[in-house]
Amino acid sequence: MGNGTPIGRVRGLGTAHEGAHHWIVHRMTAIGNLVVMSYLLVSLALLGDYGHASVVEWLSSPLAATAIILLVISVFWHARMGLQVLVEDYLHEPGTKLAILAALNLAIIGGGAFAIFSVATLAFGRTA
Amino acid sequence: MSQRDQQNPARPLSPHLQIWRWGPHMLVSILHRATGDGMALVGLPILVWWLAAAASGPGSYATFQAVMGSPLGLLVLVGVSWAFFNHMTSGLRHLVLDIGAGYELDTNRRWATASPIIGILLTAAFWAVILLK
Ligand code: HEM
Ligand code: HEM
Repeated sequence: MGNGTPIGRVRGLGTAHEGAHHWIVHRMTAIGNLVVMSYLLVSLALLGDYGHASVVEWLSSPLAATAIILLVISVFWHARMGLQVLVEDYLHEPGTKLAILAALNLAIIGGGAFAIFSVATLAFGRTA
Repeated sequence: MSQRDQQNPARPLSPHLQIWRWGPHMLVSILHRATGDGMALVGLPILVWWLAAAASGPGSYATFQAVMGSPLGLLVLVGVSWAFFNHMTSGLRHLVLDIGAGYELDTNRRWATASPIIGILLTAAFWAVILLK
């Protein structure tokens, strides 16, 4: 934080001490979510039934598999950023904050990898 | 050296939550956070379970279907879908406000009132399509 220009005096203040890039990426993933979530909900509405056979049949097609993998990336990224804001707003002890954010990263990356791997298994398994 | 050190310590503090007269924009604001966090904490685990169960085979998938198809499971799914539609309408409102539009008092109030109502209507429409087809 400098003492010069007005912007220099306010930079780094605020609960998180940073954030413009975070803010923009959050909006970009929000737009991504809108596209992929619409695809998921329309697909679900059109699906004949929700049994294993129909879901696997749908999910293993190249279009659905790609869309759902992109959905996992966009939504998990967006949710991770949103939960980070929540943590920054309400947790003020630096150690706790660091621990929760580390756990959040593990959960998001672990859950996201598991979801993407599951879809890939179905998509590649179809032709195997 | 924070700004605060240079300020008059006797200046009044900001009034806290209960002092404000509630308006629709406050409800939309807190619902946006609650639904976003709710989806992240409840919806995403269900999504992962669904995909993983489908990949693991008919047996795992049957367990998933039994749990999520039960009355309690369906209630959770309806809740998550409402969270999505509500978050989507307030999120779109966010994006409009973020580009600097929609701050006129009557416009702002109108969309703040409309946003959660549209969210409920979309949720109802979504389940109507699923249940009536
Ligand atoms: C149509 C899709 C969506 C749109 C347009 C959207 C839009 C937004 C926007 C603009 C924000 C920023 C709000 C702020 O800075 O205060 C936000 C926050 C958030 N979103 Fe989304 N979102 C969408 C879907 C989702 C989904 C599917 C999830 C979770 C699985 C999610 C979770 C969150 C969370 C946790 C926050 C942080 C809330 C807060 O701290 O106030 N969003 N969303
Ligand atoms: C009923 C009234 C209020 C509601 C519903 C409410 C709701 C919220 C929500 C949902 C957020 C996260 C939104 C976002 O990031 O866009 C937030 C952030 C915040 N609120 Fe409130 N709030 C209220 C009143 C207040 C009051 C009276 C104060 C201060 C005296 C306050 C101070 C803050 C601060 C400092 C943040 C963090 C802003 C940031 O760093 O992004 N709020 N509020």
